[in-house]
Amino acid sequence: MLELINVSYNAQSESGEKEILKDISLKFEEGFIAITGPNGGGKSTLAKIIAGIITPTSGKILLDGEDITALSVTERAKRGISFAFQQPVRFKGITVKDLITLACGKEITVAEACDYLSQVGLCARDYIDREVNASLSGGELKRIEIATVLARSTKVSLFDEPEAGIDLWSFNNLINVFEKMHSKLGGSIIIISHQEKILNIADKVAVLVGGKLEAFGAKSDILPELLNATSAACSVLTNGLEGQK
Amino acid sequence: MNDTEKQLLKIIADMDGVPNGAYNIRSNGALLDRKTTPNVDIKTKTDKPGIDIIIRPNTKGEVIHIPVVINETGLSDTVYNDFIIGDNADVIIMAGCGIHNCGDNESRHDGVHSFFVGKNARVKYIERHYGEGDGVGKNVMNPTTVVNIGENGYMEMETTQIKGIDDTVRVTNATVADGGTLVIKEKIMTHKNQVAKTDFTVNLIGKNSGANVISRSVAKDDSFQSFKSNINGNNLCNGHTECDAIIMDNARVEAIPEICANHIDASLIHEAAIGKIAGEQLIKLMTLGLTEQEAEQEIINGFLK
Repeated sequence: MLELINVSYNAQSESGEKEILKDISLKFEEGFIAITGPNGGGKSTLAKIIAGIITPTSGKILLDGEDITALSVTERAKRGISFAFQQPVRFKGITVKDLITLACGKEITVAEACDYLSQVGLCARDYIDREVNASLSGGELKRIEIATVLARSTKVSLFDEPEAGIDLWSFNNLINVFEKMHSKLGGSIIIISHQEKILNIADKVAVLVGGKLEAFGAKSDILPELLNATSAACSVLTNGLEGQK
Repeated sequence: MNDTEKQLLKIIADMDGVPNGAYNIRSNGALLDRKTTPNVDIKTKTDKPGIDIIIRPNTKGEVIHIPVVINETGLSDTVYNDFIIGDNADVIIMAGCGIHNCGDNESRHDGVHSFFVGKNARVKYIERHYGEGDGVGKNVMNPTTVVNIGENGYMEMETTQIKGIDDTVRVTNATVADGGTLVIKEKIMTHKNQVAKTDFTVNLIGKNSGANVISRSVAKDDSFQSFKSNINGNNLCNGHTECDAIIMDNARVEAIPEICANHIDASLIHEAAIGKIAGEQLIKLMTLGLTEQEAEQEIINGFLK
């Protein structure tokens, strides 16, 4: 189980120090957890703190009871944390097969690599030897990024806005991918998302506004409140701002 | 053939034993072994060191190996090799030079290779340069390649400097006739205080001729690389030159792409990019469980693949 205890993060800006995350405590039990909230609320920062890309200013991160706050990105990955970037990285010369092989951590057959690609809706044979470079569209890169996390099959899988840049048809498939992951992988699947359809398949929903955890609980408790408003995001934002007053 | 020679031949020419097809192996400045085939003749030059490789018209699918190895320290070897590729032929030529220098003197190989690619002929030319040895003597290679591509001819030149070459100046001069195409793919990695300079000049003189010159390089430690590429478009033609380099440590890289359109229908493009490995590339691979050093190596391997 992944646990955040009183995690805060301050970033340096031109106007001085800015509080990005404020005293976040969260337990990610096994299951599907969605993190939502308005833009700029600190969701991506939280994901980077879990992956080890950003070190929190204060607070602790525990994985199965072990304090991993001081561990590097690599050490956390080895302990079972996977992270799909919001904006996937491009590599000149590294092929899709290379990247999926690295994600698996062992040599895999073309058929195995193809299987992961098929799961994210890519016609595998067309992609397997292509370079992960600018010749791929944003949506294609995004799906390959998700495939690398599938290939890792770890106990914590973290996705930062997986739906961004994916077309409507693929989006429905993406929902299926996450539903399958849920039953197959076990562990904690944490998805940062603005999409109702993704929130709908979550067990729990966390709402992050202005760097603070505004709400966290069962989907059945959180989601109706979010959706009842004319605009969920506006409602969350309004509540959040009111909460800060 | 001793073990060092065998090992060098494997690295530079993928040779594991005697290859099928024609070959000419030169070791320490002298002929070590040669084989010809009915379609591929190899003759020793009489006026200067070197050989003529004559490929008969319509020869298809033959692979010709022309490697050079040096394992004597202080040896300086210059050869002039001419490749005459007959009309309609389609062949692969694997050349390359490996130096094993355990002494304190400079070992040097300067190869001047001239290609005459016939009408409608296709040739893939693979050239690998590699150096090793524990001594302080430098490994130096200065290849010069002269290319003449005939009507509708095609030549792909893949040159790789694998490692261990302390000093190199690589000069290529090419002329492409009507409908002809030249593709150059260069890969270089330099370490320590190594210096690598490349200088390509391509003259597109024929109608519908084309050239694509692509260089990818990695410069580490205190090494220095210079890439110069000059494409002259003298007719209706397409030319593209691209230099992509990764710099690390205290290394320096300069790229001087030059294109010159001397004809209204010449279409020429140059691109050059030099930079260190992007931090987000390292982080992505680290999230897959690689250490920073492993991530760096994977990025370099992929880049130079």
